[in-house]
This record gives sequence, C-alpha cells and structure tokens, in this order.
Amino acid sequence: MADGLINLTIDGAPVSVPPGTLVIEAAKQAGVLVPHYCYHPGLPVAGVCRMCLVEIEKAPKLQIACATTVTEGMVVKTQAPAAKDARQGVLEFLLINHPLDCPICDQAGECELQDFVFQEGQARTRYAEFAKRFNPVEDFGPDVLYVPNRCILCTRCVRFMEDVAQEPVLNVSERGDRAFIGIHPEARLDHPWAGNVVDLCPVGSLLSKDFLHKARAWELDKTASICTGCSQGCNITLDTRDEVVVRVRPRPNLEVNRYFICDHGRMHYKWMNRGDRIEAPLVRAGAELKATDWDEALDRVTAILRGTEGRTAVALVSPGASSEALALAKRVFTGFTWTGAFQVVMGEDAPLAGVPDLALRAERAPNAKGAENLGYTRDYAPALAAAKTAAVVLVLDDPDCAVDTNGALIYLGTVLGENAACRRADVILPIANVAEEEGTFTNRDGRTQRYYQAKPAPGMAQPAAWVLGQLAAAMGPAEAQR
Amino acid sequence: MGFPHKSHPKETVVLSQHFGDADARTLKGWTKRGGYEALAQALKMDPVAVTDVVKESGLRGRGGAGFPTGLKWSFMPKEKKRPHYLCVNADESEPGTFKDREIMRWTPHALLEGTAIAAHAIRAEVAYIYIRGEFTEPWTIMERALAEANAAGVFGTIKVYLHRGAGAYICGEETALMNSIEGKRGNPRIKPPFPAAAGLFGMPTTINNVETLAAVPHILTRGAAWYKGLCLSNPKSTGTKLFSVCGHVQRPGNYEVTLGFPLKDLLYDMCGGPPAGRTLKACIPGGSSVPILTREETEACLLDYEGVVASGSMLGSGGVIVFDDSADMVYQIMRLARFYAHESCAQCTQCREGTAWTTKIMERILAGQGKTKDLDLLLDLSENMTGKTICVLSDSCAAPIVSGIKKFRGEFEAYLAGKRQPVMVS
Repeated sequence: MADGLINLTIDGAPVSVPPGTLVIEAAKQAGVLVPHYCYHPGLPVAGVCRMCLVEIEKAPKLQIACATTVTEGMVVKTQAPAAKDARQGVLEFLLINHPLDCPICDQAGECELQDFVFQEGQARTRYAEFAKRFNPVEDFGPDVLYVPNRCILCTRCVRFMEDVAQEPVLNVSERGDRAFIGIHPEARLDHPWAGNVVDLCPVGSLLSKDFLHKARAWELDKTASICTGCSQGCNITLDTRDEVVVRVRPRPNLEVNRYFICDHGRMHYKWMNRGDRIEAPLVRAGAELKATDWDEALDRVTAILRGTEGRTAVALVSPGASSEALALAKRVFTGFTWTGAFQVVMGEDAPLAGVPDLALRAERAPNAKGAENLGYTRDYAPALAAAKTAAVVLVLDDPDCAVDTNGALIYLGTVLGENAACRRADVILPIANVAEEEGTFTNRDGRTQRYYQAKPAPGMAQPAAWVLGQLAAAMGPAEAQR
Repeated sequence: MGFPHKSHPKETVVLSQHFGDADARTLKGWTKRGGYEALAQALKMDPVAVTDVVKESGLRGRGGAGFPTGLKWSFMPKEKKRPHYLCVNADESEPGTFKDREIMRWTPHALLEGTAIAAHAIRAEVAYIYIRGEFTEPWTIMERALAEANAAGVFGTIKVYLHRGAGAYICGEETALMNSIEGKRGNPRIKPPFPAAAGLFGMPTTINNVETLAAVPHILTRGAAWYKGLCLSNPKSTGTKLFSVCGHVQRPGNYEVTLGFPLKDLLYDMCGGPPAGRTLKACIPGGSSVPILTREETEACLLDYEGVVASGSMLGSGGVIVFDDSADMVYQIMRLARFYAHESCAQCTQCREGTAWTTKIMERILAGQGKTKDLDLLLDLSENMTGKTICVLSDSCAAPIVSGIKKFRGEFEAYLAGKRQPVMVS
C-alpha cells in the first residue's frame, strides 16, 4: 500500500485512495458503481437524492456514499440488505409520480432512473389508485425544455447554473411533493453553457430541443472526437444515427473541459452532414472540370508539381485541418520556396465562470496552434498576395478562400460553392470532414488530441492526410526531387 | 407559572416567574428584578469559565435534541481565527409547543441577556435571533426590548440582530435556519461539517434554543450547583423545563416543572385532567414529532430526557398534546402527516414523496376507502422514511404513524372494516 493513501474495503475489495476521497469515488476504483442521482463529480455535493445509501461498519445508520469521506480501515458494503432496501425505497418514491412514459422519452436507453430501477427496483407499484402529479412542459431557453413530470429534483441543473455557470436562474420552487424546478420569471436559460443541464439531467426532464425525438439512444453510434468550435479543444462524443451526426455531447477530460461543452460547440455539427459535397476528383479539361478517378487526379497533381518552372509554392490552409494533413501539405512541397498561411475566424469569448481555463475561445478554430507549430503563419494577407505569382498554390479545406493566382491551383476540399474562387483550380480533390476521418488537433494550450472517424466520407472523398500522403509518396524522397 | 393560569404549587418557577407581568418587559423593570446582573458577571469572567459553569450545571438543549449546552459551546474553536456567530433559534414551530413564545412575550430581556452571555462564552461578535414569522407580538416586544438594551449599551461590543422567519417549519432545523439567515432557501445542510466548524456564513457557529438561553442567566447568578440540584429523577436531566400543554385538558398552558416530574401530575393536578366526563386516551409528550404514548404510558412517564425515552417517546420540545377518549386518533395522525407533507423542504426523496404519500393513504383510510394492506404499507413507508434523510422531518412524520398504528390499531381497523363512519371525502 502506497504511503499517504487511505486503505479501505468496498464490497470485500481492498482499495487505497488519497485522503479526502468520497466513498462513491473510492467505490469506482473497486469497480463498484453506487447508484446515485444528485451526485455528479463536476458539481458541489448536495446529498439529497439519498440513492447512494450504503452500509458502513461501525456507523450507527446508513450513510450516503456521495458525502462521506473515506477513513482508514473503513468497511463499506453497498450490497448490504439494509442498503439495498433503502435504495429500493428511494426508487419506489421516485417512481410514484413519474409518468413512466419511456416510449416517448428522449432519455430512454440512457436514463439513470431506468437503469437503477432495472438493477435494483421492484416490478410493481404500491401507489395504485392515486393520481400522479402533473405539471405542463416548460420552455426554459433556446435549446432547453423542462418536463416537470419526469423530474426527480436531483438539483444538478440548479447547482450547475448556480455554481458552475454562476448565473443562478434556476431554483427549486415550492415545497414537499409540489416542488419543481423553477426559472426566474424574467430570465431564460440562454447562458452560453446552459446546454450542459440537458446532459447533467439523469432523467428525461431537461431535453434538448435540437435533439428532441430525433433518435433513440440505442440507435446511436458514439465516437470520440474533438470539438471544432474553437481553440479550447473540448473532448466530445459525436452521436451518429444511420451515418448522420445527430448530437454532440461532452466527453469528460478533467484537464481540458471537465464534463462540459458550450452551446456553440454543441450546435457546431450540422455542417458535418452537408449533402452538397464534392464526391469525385475533378481535373481541368479546358473550361470544364471533369470527374475522374484518384489515379488520374493524383497523376495530374504530380505532373504539375514536377513540371512547374518556378519553385515557389503557397499553401492556404484551414486551421481546422488535421495536423497530419498540414504536415504532409508541407512535405509535398519539399524543395519549393514555400509559404503556408491560415486565417482564423474570430468571435466572442464565453468563459464558464466556475471552471478555470475553460471558455468558448474567440479563436474559432481547433488547430491554429497545430498549424503554427508546423510552420504555417497567421500573416494571411501577404501569403494571399504571394499566391498571385507563385508557381503552385494549394488550398486546403477552405471553400471560401479568395485565392487568385497565375500559377497552378490545387484545391483539396469538401465543398465547392457556385462562385468559389477555387472553381478555377487545375485539380480539385474531394476530402473527408472531421467526422469522417481520424487525426489530431493541437489546442491553444499545446495539447495534441486525437479524434476518430464517426461516419464514412461521401463518394470517393478521402481524408486529406491520405491524399497528401499519396502525393508526397509520388514525389519521392526529398533528396530525389530536384 | 401556569400561564395564563396562576402558578401551581407543584411548579418550580424560574423562567416563568414574570410571565404575565408587563413591567418585566421593560429594561427598567427587568433590571429592577435582578436582570443583567448575570451578564455583568459573565463579562468579567473568562469565556471558558462561563462555559464551564454551564457545563457543570447540566443544562441541556431545550429545543428538542437535549444536547448538553456547555459541551456544545466548548466545540467552538479554541483559537479564534475567524468570526464566530451565535444563532438563537426562536423559530418555535413544532405543533403543540408554545413556550418560547411566552418567554419572548413576557421576558424578552431574559432571552437577550442569555444571548449576550452565550455570545461572550463562545466569543461571538454577532448574534442572530431568528424569530418565527407568525410571532407578531413576540417580534414587536423583542424589537422594543432590543432597542432599549442597545440604547443602554448592555451588550458592550456584542451585536445582536433579530431576523424574522417567513413561515417555514423547516427553518427551525438549525442548518436550515442558517441558510435562511444567509438569504438562501431554508434547506437543511448535510452534516458534517457541523455548525461549530462551518455554520453561519461558513464560520464557526453555535445555535441554541430560546428556553436554553433564558436559563443561562439564572445558572450564572445562582450557581451551577443550584441548577444541578433541580432534579427529580435522572441526574443527567437537570433544571426546570417549560411544558406547553394543549388539547383535552381543563387548564391548558405553559407549566414549569423540575425535570423528572411525573407527567401524570402535570396533566391531572396542574392542568385539571380531561374535561368532565372524559378520560385520558393518549398523549404526545414532546411536540408533534415524537411517538404517541398511551394512557398507561402517559401516567407512568417521568418528564426528563431519559424518562420519556423509557416510556417509549421523547422529551422533545416539551409540547404536550393531550387526547381524551373523544379523539379520533386516525384523524389526529392524518393531521400531523399532512403538516409534515406541507412543510417538507423537498430535498430528500423519502421525505418529499413519503410524507405526501403517507398523507394520501391516511386520507383514504379516513374516507372509508382504505385497503387492508394500507397499515403494512404505512409501516413500510415509515421504515423507509426513518434515519435516511438529511434532517429528521421525515422521521417526525413516521413517528406518530408507527406509534399510532402500534398503539391504536383498532381505530385504524375500524375504518378499514367500514365499522366507523368516514370523516373525510375521498
């Protein structure tokens, strides 16, 4: 046993944890999930749902695991008959006024009330013949609905708004069984981080309007990803249904985003499902662009790179491209006098007051730092001017790039607008978007994080790193190129 | 004094000596009666010495829990690093209890003096007296007394504030009271931390009941040995206690007796027993939150902390509710359950849902719609509501249910069997 740790036993399993650890957290180390509702590691402890009651040897009565700190030699029994009975009692109390409308509830399948009732509850109600409490659905904010009938008053949402967002617009209104979550009469739940209350809600009481009735939880595939909404690099999960991204949820990372993401990031996914994608490589045939296969398209690019008279190249890239693609986009031009540049869309900062170093950053790009580390510059205007006379210009994943060049133009992109400057490119190569490839981003603090593929790319589109890797390989080793 | 009746010879009149005497309400009148001598004496003593006297006296909390007062004071940090607070719990809301109201109505300076002494003992610079919102008359009297005392500068550097409750029973729970003073919703807090470590505004805090503090000046002036000598039964229960007797007795009111006094004598001798032609049926000895006693248990009960426990209930706040043979125990218990369902703060699941469900079942039984399984269901719910929540409100709802069904099962069964006329509409 390591020094300075507290040793205790949970359901017979010995664990050693730092002093001050809560029993509920120590139990996780022992592989035991103590059922709970109000407890959340990202929120202050409330101790109100009374679901995590466990038996602790020598304690006169059952204790709540979420508010009890470990002591040396403590013996915790989560499965003691008294503890199980108490939790079953709580579940029964929680269900008496619950509408049991799981078939039409968005939370079904990922509902902690369902889970723990299934695990520990009883099959029948003893609350027969009494009417259930009814309150109408309330519109809390731009993306949040409150369904009071399903509410178990765990107060996670209240504590999030009060202690984490520090905009206390929610409360528990009324007393006894008349209680419900109230919102300040003149306020809306429109804080830039308000959407987290939907994730925090352990039941289907707080719902996202955006996701409302869009999918059942069990139909969703979940993929680890990184938010592209700004340079914070929040860890997220992309939920896809039938290869369409339908929801973005935070993925805990204590160093970056704790348990939260902002609403901007949460809603920053619809473009991933765009239907108007470039689906095949296009090569110039006089005034026209002709669809072709990858071999011909890549050959055409190789020929351009090998055949240019001048050896100057400009790469105008998106700071949302993966570091892998950015590195290869540079290597392709080995031997060239190369300038790489990117521009960042700027917005408003929106910090989450209760969490240090967590904010929606003004810099709305996930990989600006990565691009910088690889030698790309923020001096975009000079690079754009230099493109005019460069022998080769490569535009990577920037459909709105106002490029104008007398040299060859190669565009790697997902979409091609009607009036896009890149329409005059010599070769257009279809690439995957962030949801369709694997790669890494480096966030503003220099943390490099990997994201994974959540859905297939349309048509013949390939990850930019693959495309540029093919080109780099075709160009041969650096020393052979000249 | 058996206010509003004359003192009964069997009473030990200490706190209630000036009840009914309006002159004692004024600073002048109070000083004339020996008031503020104890405070002057205490301020010359070391705080630890004051605490030791109170410890020695055996004084225990009169709000309900009966925790030794001196010991509680000694929990405050020895080394003072942060502000200390004293809270005075004058949120007397326990059904059947009306002793603190009389202390504030008639002897406001007794409370203020006790408050100042306690503040000195725990080295608090600020004391808050949290007065129940419905106590309009005591509030006015306390305000006037405080203004007089402040004008005379009797508290020295100690600041005393009155804080008015807004009508929630739960704010009488010590940590809910602190939240309420802080301007928050009056929800009980999880303990630990205990108030002596982190109480009001997160600072070390002691909270005492009105009656407890009103006894402190007497202990200081007359000595711990005198107070300790006031004991008729168990030596762990010392001093006098006010009992608020209500219900089916001929002379309801506040009666002050030495601890260990027989409940039977209180009810029959002092209060005149049940109305003519009626017999005693049951009694709740310590405010609505404690188990009900049968007639036999009542008549054998000694009024001190240990004695009432031995009889199967608790001394609580000393609110004695008496039922004669005309009382419908099922209806009375329903009224208690309904009170707790109304007052539950809604934090803990068992309390929020359990008190309301219990009330619905009780109402159903009284409407003649009860099911045979209802009694078992009530007992089972009560079990789930006992010892599992942040505070004891849900336990308090369960106590009369459990003891009521145990001791008056026949009355419940009469409703279930349709042998008793329903008294409620379902």
